[in-house]
Amino acid sequence: MSTTLFLILCLNGLQYGMLLFLIAAGLTLVFGVMGFINLAHGVQYMVGAYLVYAYVQLTGSFIVAVFLSLGTALIFGLLLEFFVFRHLYTRSHLDQVLATFGIIIFLNELAKVVFGPATLSVAPPEFLAGSIQLTETLRYPVYRFATIIAGLAVAAVLYFTISYTRIGMLIRAGATSAEMVSALGVNIQRLFMIVFGVGAMLAGFAGVIAAPIFAIEPGMGDNILIVTFVVIIIGGIGSIGGAFIAALLVGLIDTLGRSFATEILSTLFSPSFANQIGPALASMLIYILMAAILVFRPKGLLPAKGVA
Amino acid sequence: MSSLEIRNLNKSFGALTVSRDISISIGTGQCHALIGPNGAGKTTLIHQISGGLRSDSGNILMDGQEISHMSVSRRVQAGLGRTFQITTVLPSFTALENTAIAAQAKSGSSLRFFRNAARETALNEFALATLQRVGLEHRANIPAMDLSHGELRLLELAIALAGKPKFLLLDEPMAGLGRAEGVALVALLASLRGSLPMLMVEHDMDAIFQLADTVSVLVDGSIVAQGTPDEVRADPVARAAYLGEAGK
Amino acid sequence: MMDRSLVFAAILFGLLLLMPFLLPLFGSEYLIGLIIKAMLLAIAAISLDLLIGHGGMVSLGHAAFVGVGAYATAIGLENGIENILLLLVITLAVTGFVALVTGSLALRTSGVYFLMITLAFGQMTYFTLTSLAAYGGDDGLTLWSLATLFGSDIVQSGSGLYFLVLGTLFATWWGVFQISRSRFGRVLRAARDNPERAEVMGYAVTRYRLIAYLIAAMIAGVSGLLLVQHAEFVSPALATWQRSGDLIVVVVLGGLGSRNGAILGAFFIVIIEEVLGSFVHEWRLIYGPVLVLMVLFAKGGIADLFVSKDAKGRAA
Repeated sequence: MSTTLFLILCLNGLQYGMLLFLIAAGLTLVFGVMGFINLAHGVQYMVGAYLVYAYVQLTGSFIVAVFLSLGTALIFGLLLEFFVFRHLYTRSHLDQVLATFGIIIFLNELAKVVFGPATLSVAPPEFLAGSIQLTETLRYPVYRFATIIAGLAVAAVLYFTISYTRIGMLIRAGATSAEMVSALGVNIQRLFMIVFGVGAMLAGFAGVIAAPIFAIEPGMGDNILIVTFVVIIIGGIGSIGGAFIAALLVGLIDTLGRSFATEILSTLFSPSFANQIGPALASMLIYILMAAILVFRPKGLLPAKGVA
Repeated sequence: MSSLEIRNLNKSFGALTVSRDISISIGTGQCHALIGPNGAGKTTLIHQISGGLRSDSGNILMDGQEISHMSVSRRVQAGLGRTFQITTVLPSFTALENTAIAAQAKSGSSLRFFRNAARETALNEFALATLQRVGLEHRANIPAMDLSHGELRLLELAIALAGKPKFLLLDEPMAGLGRAEGVALVALLASLRGSLPMLMVEHDMDAIFQLADTVSVLVDGSIVAQGTPDEVRADPVARAAYLGEAGK
Repeated sequence: MMDRSLVFAAILFGLLLLMPFLLPLFGSEYLIGLIIKAMLLAIAAISLDLLIGHGGMVSLGHAAFVGVGAYATAIGLENGIENILLLLVITLAVTGFVALVTGSLALRTSGVYFLMITLAFGQMTYFTLTSLAAYGGDDGLTLWSLATLFGSDIVQSGSGLYFLVLGTLFATWWGVFQISRSRFGRVLRAARDNPERAEVMGYAVTRYRLIAYLIAAMIAGVSGLLLVQHAEFVSPALATWQRSGDLIVVVVLGGLGSRNGAILGAFFIVIIEEVLGSFVHEWRLIYGPVLVLMVLFAKGGIADLFVSKDAKGRAA
């Protein structure tokens, strides 16, 4: 494996990790603060991708489309919260699973009906279209860089908000004990709504920035949802810091694993065996990591208690 | 040989020491009371003995058998019965079923998949007899969620007894009981005492002076005084640390 | 009210027993196929209900065991093993082994963590199945030879297969019924209601849960075996988490702890899919919101109509 390839893969892993973090942040907070298991969180990611596609068609400008998409994703999240999720916070996990499963089925089918079953794509904006020369042999697309930077920026803003603002303090307290927060006289309903709306918007944002990189298709949120679950289990439910570290870890391991598993195996076993087992092992790596974390730290790397 | 022997038990969470070099020895047929101000580490000690919390060092011997490395369920199997400070029974099970399932753990394997457990006469008769011991037989078929607080405390005791314990840990058995209920429970525990040694955490001084043969005073994770109730009552350290405070 | 649910079960199985004799009057092989499909779904759902209804373990990866069972059977068939009893042993061993490994890890946790971990393990199984290039990979595998009973093809199609599936459904119904009333079932319910208390009663809770998990997985595996026999085809799609979600829908629709409910739920889902699907191609646009509304307004769903005493979580 050449150094250049390795570097590119690391960057790709980093970028995948950032996407995962954007989705995981909302999911882990909704879990931590409300104890609500939202399977439909991955669908918000799909919604974001389709929104940016639709707005680009309408306005012709990627930047305008991004802002319109974020606004729409936020409103969409708030509406879902108001009409459905709000009524499920006190229900059993089973009810929550069932209702959010219903929402997934509906939205996946709706996407298929409105946009068709074929995959769609969006071109990155002009000013982010090229690639830059990193070293003599290494060029990397500007757009992918931009997504890494956007992810880091969101992480920084979230970290600041949760560590230093009043609402962040409430969220941290809520992750430990929701009763305590409402005992403080805080409007817990509004806090939930804000957390939920922001979470939905972040997942939508992930979908938006993923749109020029990955194929837009119905059901695109389902698989990433499960990887996001792996991320928040590894990071510790309710922990933003944990989600960040775990997202990067999962992003890197998954990306590198898919490229190198076969190669590494073939140094140990026969090539044909490596070719057969390699891809399977690569797709299992993050689950193996999760299992290992569970054995040694059942509550995740950075459990939410105390630290956000 | 002591029925329960605790030797040099230590436990700390980081810089916070919750049990410091605790030793208690309880003879057969004896009742030992553990008293101390809130936060002294009484419930922690109960957890260490019952197995929910692993000690950093020290030994716990029941009838001479080392139990400090066993899991919670193994300790129960070995003969350690326990009641909780806050009542925890199985709410959707009736009083009889609560008792029967506790008895089941000590009578034959529970890895039986093909017989109606609710129709096992031997189990049910034993469970009913146990309910009789605590005076709850007339409520046998009431779901636990419909029992009163006082009845739940008794059921709690029946569940512990149904496991045929060799030793009983009682975490604040008198908590929340009315006067008459309290008197009845003290009489019940007094009748058990001779055959069943026990360690109880309790705040009710009247109950302690009626039941306990020996008393330990726990303050900040250490035992500051130990002896008969009268000795402890006369002990200046114990008075300063606890009795005086309790009398406020 | 135990009796009423037994009577209801008798009617249910009586009807299923008569179907092959009644349906040809309407001239329909297709309907028989649908009923087999619903019965296979019901078998897996009853096994999941042992976990959720009695054990309180909400698994979102149960379909993986259907997939593992189906692939164990298919791979056996591809390698020339055609004796259905031998295939059954293989299926039970393989699903049991997978359940042992994933269950020991997943049961280190409970509640939401358990749900997410079973989901992740289910997905892992799915990816493993898609990577079996020799057995069709993503596309799945059409089977040219099916299992035989001592060399006879009676269990391959028609009423032979129908009664085999019905018999398995009954065995599952009866087995889970027995388990739910047994000492083991009682411990499982105690652990569901209050695991700490069950522990202090002297039960190593994780051990009992793991055994229940193994039993449920093996039953689901058997439904996978029969599925191969019926569909003559396997694909990784059997193990997707959407299929696990469908199983949960069936269990909840039918009512927790209710075996009859699971059968009704399975028929309900299959009928919805086929009937609604034949009128409206986009039937999921209706099905999805129906699920949401059901949770929001008709808690208990169709189960409310058939609640038996043990469905409410009371000891049977």
